[in-house]
This record gives sequence, C-alpha cells and structure tokens, in this order.
Amino acid sequence: MFPQRLLPFVLMLPELAVVGVFFLWPSVEGALESLRESNAFGLGSRFAGLANFRAALSGGYLQALEVTIIFTVITTVASMGLGLVLAVQVEQVGRFKSLYRTLFVWSYAVPGAVAGSIWLFLFEPHVGPGARFLGAVGIHWNFALSGTQAFVLICAMTVWQQTAYDFVFFSAGLQAIPLDVVEAAMVDGAGPLRRFWRIVFPLLGPTTLFVVVMDVLAALFGSFAVIDVISQGGPGGSTTTLVYALYRDGFQNGDVGLAGAETVLLFAIAGILLAIQFRVINKKVHYR
Amino acid sequence: MMTADRRDQPEVGPAPALGPPKLTRRVRRGSGASTVRHVGLALVAALFALPLYLCAVVATHSASDLLRGVPILPGGQIWANLSTLVKGIPDTPKLVSMLVNSAVMALGVTVLKLALSIPAAYAVSFFRFRGRMVMFALIFVTLMMPIEVRFFPTYAVTANLGLLNTQTGLILPLVASATAVFLLRQFFRTFPLELADAARLDGVGPMRFLVAIVLPLSRPVLAAVAVLEFIYGWNQYLWPLLVASSLKRATVVIGVKGLIGAAQSFAVPQWDLVMLLALVALIPPVLVVVVMQRWFVRGLMSGIS
Repeated sequence: MFPQRLLPFVLMLPELAVVGVFFLWPSVEGALESLRESNAFGLGSRFAGLANFRAALSGGYLQALEVTIIFTVITTVASMGLGLVLAVQVEQVGRFKSLYRTLFVWSYAVPGAVAGSIWLFLFEPHVGPGARFLGAVGIHWNFALSGTQAFVLICAMTVWQQTAYDFVFFSAGLQAIPLDVVEAAMVDGAGPLRRFWRIVFPLLGPTTLFVVVMDVLAALFGSFAVIDVISQGGPGGSTTTLVYALYRDGFQNGDVGLAGAETVLLFAIAGILLAIQFRVINKKVHYR
Repeated sequence: MMTADRRDQPEVGPAPALGPPKLTRRVRRGSGASTVRHVGLALVAALFALPLYLCAVVATHSASDLLRGVPILPGGQIWANLSTLVKGIPDTPKLVSMLVNSAVMALGVTVLKLALSIPAAYAVSFFRFRGRMVMFALIFVTLMMPIEVRFFPTYAVTANLGLLNTQTGLILPLVASATAVFLLRQFFRTFPLELADAARLDGVGPMRFLVAIVLPLSRPVLAAVAVLEFIYGWNQYLWPLLVASSLKRATVVIGVKGLIGAAQSFAVPQWDLVMLLALVALIPPVLVVVVMQRWFVRGLMSGIS
C-alpha cells in the first residue's frame, strides 16, 4: 500500500467526473422529473407528487410488465437449459472441443439489432425462408398480425443469442469441478444421470445463480434493439417490454414526467437485482 | 493406473473402470457414445449457424432471386451488391462513413474506458485512503444500471450540454459506469501487497510501479476488458439511435435498421442488400470474439471470480 493521500484522488478524478456528469446527474434529474408534471404547452412544470407513478402503474404499463415477466421467464429458462446441455455435452467430448466452443459462442457477439434484422428477414411473411417452411408445414405465419407469433419470434431470437452466453459460463463452471469428486462417484457405481444431478449440478450452484441474474438482466434491458427492429412493440402491445414502453412514452409521446416515473421504477427493479447479484458474488457457495 | 485414468477420465465415459483389463472395453463403448454425441452437437451447431448461413447466401444473390424461392447455395451477385452498397442508396448513410463511425465509437469506448478505469482501479487497490469507499459505492450503483435503464434522463443531460450528434455525446455516456473498474480491481486484488511495499522501500514511486510492474502483469485482464468494451461499443443500438440521428453520424448497426426501411420501398424488396450490410456489421465483433475467444471468456468470467 502506498501512503500518498492526494494522488489516489487525482487518479480517480477522471472516472468520477464522467460518472458524475453522465450517470449520477441524469439519475437525480430523472428522479426529480418523475415528481413533476409539465403543462399542456410544455413550457413550465409544477410539482405533481406521485401522479406520474399513478399514471405509470395503470393501463398499458401493466401489460408491459406482464409481457416483460413472461418474456424474461421463457428466455431465461430456455437459454439456461440449452446452454447447460450443450456445455455438459461439449465438456465430455474428446476431440474438437475447442471447435465446438467456438461454434456455440459466436452468436453472442452479433449485434442485437443486426441479429434482429436477420431474423426479421428469415421470418418475413412473403419471402422469408422460415416463413415459407412454416407455411409448407401448414402454419399460417404472419407476425405482423399475430401478437403470439411476434412474441415467439422475439423469444426465439433472444434464446439464440443468450444460449451462447450461458454456455460460456456453464463450460467454465464444469471445468472448475474437481475430477476426483466425479471419479469417486463413478467408483461408487453412480450412473451418468445420477452423477449429474447429485454431484455436478449442485456444484454448479453459484454459476447457475449468476447465470439466472445475468439472463434476467439481459431480458429486461438488452431486448430493446431486437424489439425495435422486428416488431416495434406490436402488434397490440404484445412485444412491448418495460424498456420499450419507456422509449415510447418518453420519445414518441414526449411525456417527460411519465418517462421519469418509469425510469425510477426501472431503477428500482435493477436495484433489487443488483442486491441479489451481490449476495451471489459474495457468498462462496461450496456444498461441502 | 492412476495416469491412465487421468488421461481417459475427462471424457467421462459411461462406465467406471477399476483396472487396465477393462480399459479397452470402456474405450470402445465410449467411442460409440461419443459418435452419437458428435452427431448431436454438430446438428445443433449447424442449426445455430443456419441464420448466418442463409444471411450470407442471400447476400450473394439478387433481390429477384428471392421471389423464385429460397436460395440454398451462394450466387454470383456479391460484388454487384457490394458496389451498390458502396455507391449508396438514396436517404441512407454511406457505407464507408458508417464503418468509420462504428470503428471510432468502438475504439473510442475501448480506449476511454481503459484510460479512466486503470487509474481508478489502481487507486482503490494500492492506496489506503478515505475516498476508496466512494469508488466502491459507485461501482455498486453503476454495475447494474446499463444505458437502457438511464437513457431517458441521460438524453436530456446530453442535449443540455449540446452534445447531440457529436462523438463525445455518443461515447461518454456509454463509458460512464464503473464496470471495468470492478473487473480490474478483481484482478489487482490478486497482487501480493508485499510487492508494493517492496517497491516503496526501494524508492520506486507509485506511478512508476503502475507502469513498470502492474500494467505488464495485467495484460490478460486488459485484453479481456478491451475485447468486451470493443464489442459493447460496436454493438450499441439504443444510444446511437437517440443521439446520432443525422445520416453523417450513423453507425453500421443503425444503418442496417435504416436500410430495412429503404429496401422495402423498392418494387422488389432489396433483402439481398440488407443481408449484405448485416454481414458487414456482424463480422468485426464476431471475428474479435472468435480470434480472441480466450480473453473474451476470461473477461466475462472475471465478474464472478
């Protein structure tokens, strides 16, 4: 440890300045804005108490909350399941292990909006290969008209990307499991499935918790690009998540107070997840 | 026997073997199962790659080819399509300018993030002073608040500062979080404190210690942070959509979305051009991840270790 007292402040100053101006200031501003209501001409504003929150928590926002929750649960469960199965299989494979790792990781690097564009084309109702395939097997596909189909498409695309992320973490988690533990179970005559559920899966506990939190965050906040490219929240709000509702209310409808309240609500949700994640990081779960 | 087991066990064959006599049988059974496994994995990998394959194939055909059916094999139109993109479609940004904007943004985010985070992480790791707690609180708060949560008030602040449609306004709000400080601090924490004390006793100042000892030893984590930040910067969508609305400032990711709209206005929708631009937009980040996979994975992992 160095004894200087001034130098560390100087070292921290640039970071503090940027975070202060572009993170803390807007956060406080947003919180204040949520308590105010601008008048009809947008010229002035007055204190409005919790009116914006009352407005936020009625009507369309509750539908967005529901969409967000269902979307989050489906994509988290599906990506984790797929990512875990793939990681377990790849770890057991003898040859081409690193080739498989590459083949299952790359889709995570594709920009969300670009991935959305590709899937938009694949399932474009008239010329899209996916749409043609579905038509051939008797499914009438038009996600511009069917809310369910639009929702399914967004989910599928998100799983396509998020599985790669989960795969990376489960692979690393599996590699960290000591070989002797698994060997001991083999000597005791435990079959592969039993070995997995009784020994490997519990040892993956901390990894699994971390992946759950990251998947939930990705679903909550990372899905904007995909939704904006594929469905713009429609049809009928079926793909409007909380972040998309905030974008629509703030930028398309220009309701500053309402958007402020929605921002504060998002902050609260993120804060709860943050608290959970820090407990996960700090708790060294070992099951021994 | 121990060594034989060590060599074979990572493949976690189906049956436990207790001695050399059973070794051959186990290997044979293992290879049968492993063929099934290879086929299964290859099929899933192909399924994952299918969207990318179809994107690449369509990019090499003309738009009217699509009306006749789904092309399965590459066509010969890629250079014609590319030259159409380079020449530009009315009301869409120029390809070269989009690529330059994306590169400036991705590299700007990467370089600035490192330049801000290294000194901050060094300060909280190698000095004992009261302000440390401030930084830990900041790390805590910013870690989970991505730009998607705070974009609305951040937009107002950026506009008030007159930074709309500038590189500064595009880059600084994305850099404003302490996530990289957190990753670097996780790594710096593994340095033995005696190292700093020894340097101090030898009369080596803190800045020289940082440059001569800490940074060279930190290459892996610096590479990891750089890879993560480059991809983060290149892949941005929401923030540039709001802040870089002029054609001159558009990044290639934004350009793909813009081109979808423009392509629909043709008599035959120009999906071939959209797919080609999508391919151009995804190659840099995917290439970085594939080539620097080790650092990418390490960067992702360092959040929990």
